[in-house]
Amino acid sequence: MHLLELRNLQKYYATQKAVDDISFNVEEGSIFGLLGPNGAGKTTLLRMITGIFYPDQGEIIFNGRKFDALNDILYIGYMPEERGLYKKMKIGEQALYLAQLKGLSRADAMVKVKYWFQRMGMESWWNKKVEDLSKGMSQKLQFVITVLHDPKLIILDEPFSGLDPVNANLIKDEIFNLAQNGSTIIFSTHRMEQVEEICDHIILINQGKKILDGTVNNVKQEFKENIFNIQLSDVPDNISSAAFEVIKRQENSLTVKIHNDSRSNDVLQYFLHHSTIVGFNEILPSLNDIFIRLVDGTKATRQFQTIEQ
Amino acid sequence: MNKIWLIIKREYLSRVRKKTFILSTILTPLLFVGLIVAVTVISVKNVDKEKIAVVDNGGYFKGQLEGSKAVSFEFKPGVDSVNYKSKGYTAILYTPSENSNRYRLISQKQMGMIAASNVEKTINRSLEDNVLRSKYNIDLKQLDSLRKNAAKAELDQAIKEKGSAIQKGNSELAYGIGYASAFLIYITLFIYGTMVMRGVMEEKTNRIAEVMVSSVKPFQLMMGKIIGIGAVGLTQFLIWIVLIISLSAAAGAIFSQETLQQAQDASQQIQTGSAMMGNTAATQFSQIKETLGSANWFLIIGCFLFYFLFGYLFYASLFAAVGSAVNEDPQDAQSLLLPITMPIIISIVIMINAITNPAGSLATWSSLIPFCSPIVMMARIPFGVPGTVPYWQLGLSMLLLFGGFVVTTWLSAKIYRVGILMYGKKVTWKEMWKWTFRKN
Repeated sequence: MHLLELRNLQKYYATQKAVDDISFNVEEGSIFGLLGPNGAGKTTLLRMITGIFYPDQGEIIFNGRKFDALNDILYIGYMPEERGLYKKMKIGEQALYLAQLKGLSRADAMVKVKYWFQRMGMESWWNKKVEDLSKGMSQKLQFVITVLHDPKLIILDEPFSGLDPVNANLIKDEIFNLAQNGSTIIFSTHRMEQVEEICDHIILINQGKKILDGTVNNVKQEFKENIFNIQLSDVPDNISSAAFEVIKRQENSLTVKIHNDSRSNDVLQYFLHHSTIVGFNEILPSLNDIFIRLVDGTKATRQFQTIEQ
Repeated sequence: MNKIWLIIKREYLSRVRKKTFILSTILTPLLFVGLIVAVTVISVKNVDKEKIAVVDNGGYFKGQLEGSKAVSFEFKPGVDSVNYKSKGYTAILYTPSENSNRYRLISQKQMGMIAASNVEKTINRSLEDNVLRSKYNIDLKQLDSLRKNAAKAELDQAIKEKGSAIQKGNSELAYGIGYASAFLIYITLFIYGTMVMRGVMEEKTNRIAEVMVSSVKPFQLMMGKIIGIGAVGLTQFLIWIVLIISLSAAAGAIFSQETLQQAQDASQQIQTGSAMMGNTAATQFSQIKETLGSANWFLIIGCFLFYFLFGYLFYASLFAAVGSAVNEDPQDAQSLLLPITMPIIISIVIMINAITNPAGSLATWSSLIPFCSPIVMMARIPFGVPGTVPYWQLGLSMLLLFGGFVVTTWLSAKIYRVGILMYGKKVTWKEMWKWTFRKN
């Protein structure tokens, strides 16, 4: 079932088409990656999903019904890219306050806050102020505040920025955990290695338009270039075949690109006669490569334009 | 509704619990009353005793110049303008002789105001006595009782003509109350308005705004802040009222009858100087106490709270809108604030003119317009409702202020909603105006 459906969403600003006709679905319980270069319209898109902005056109279906910002935001946890907390407020109090604003009663909020503080090793923070925390610590606090109220949909904008590897792993495990317990997670980032590791499904947007949509595996398959790596006991000096070309030569391995009308078997066949094959595997493009390939052609920074409304 | 209540509670508690709030709330009236008491006490205690040698050429004054707390006279022979100082006198007084009919007072230093006027008064008094006695044959005892009767008659008159006498006091009192409450509203509009603006700016620059508006509507966030800070203001006023009442009761005990008498004496002799403040405060204290009863305190305090509250609400949302539009740079805030602070400053200028003619057309009109009504109307109300301010004017003014509050809040909410999530751009009023008419 789709927890969230976006249909032809549009949001124009005075000088930009921030989001220009974007549609996609998010499966319940999945981890969904929203990718795109800076200024692609990710934040605007997320703000529409969190009910901060209204779309100019199109509609959002949340949990099978038309999105009703007033009530549905209680089921959404949003961690914006720019973290924000009241600096002078005590941490325990602040967590309670923000949880209550998400509709929890004070008693419920207390239970949840205590649970999460204990889980993340933050019990001693209760009476400290946010201004006493380091950047990584406040990041952790922000994450806890986002997920406190057991939201159905958790939206994380760059959740790992500023975290050391230990804490990043801690948060990553929590994200998996939350997904396992039925929460749906949308997360937006530029860090492609994290996306490959975590996400089930991704979309890539650029200049307000969706340019890629699929599971991580499908996307990689779609963008594969028939590049294989073959490990040999010794690499022959002269290699020439109609089926492939060598694009990289190392001491005991070759990277080859197989021509469109040939198959991997042709490569193996060729080397069967010339050398001893130790290993053979396909090299799929990394998301990073795909990202760069898709985005590179366009202007890196968005230009301002005049929109007639 | 529940959420806005949560926001109000946080805004209120986070401010009321601050040390600066507690200190300023308690210290301000203490400081105020303390200053008056201190100045009074100092001016009463700090009167130097002057010892004056008299060279009585005409032989008129021997035994007739009565000393007072400030001055004493001595008629010792052999004192002259050269040696008076070494004999322990601060000054020497020559009475008129054949070749001069002027009194001459010689001293090293400038005589204190009190002493100088005391000497003059004493001489006049004894001259008067002399003339009365020698020409009309009235003896001193008779004279004294006559004087007492005269003084008593004066007092009786004041009490008999209570109506008119109090009326006079009342118009001065109304002037004072009107002035004070108008200025109080003026100052609090700025203090609490700026507090709202800074609160909004804090939320914006801390980026908490985005977290908040993913839980509550921007309007709730804005109103929660405005109401919370308004409640802080009300709390402060209530504490001040209680403190001032109890402190003035305490001050009444400190200004015992004797001290008051002294202060009265002193103030009669002083024309200028800083000590005057304390003295007049002390002497007026008793008068004010008498006349205060004549003012309609329930109406005045009630109206004050209304105009404070709605004047604040009227302007606070505008301050919030400005706060939402500026980024970190406080200078942006200043230029954006100008259109909001101008009407407040203009109102105080209008008030200063209007209070001299509280029923005039300037006063009437400006007390109806919401931009200046909180300040101008508050200056008029102490002059009497419905005497100076007819009921319809008061009602209309309140209604318009309330309507104005709804309009400014509605407009500001639109600016606020856009501004609070807008970063890195310098915003102009023109742009903010556009935001108010943008759909969604």
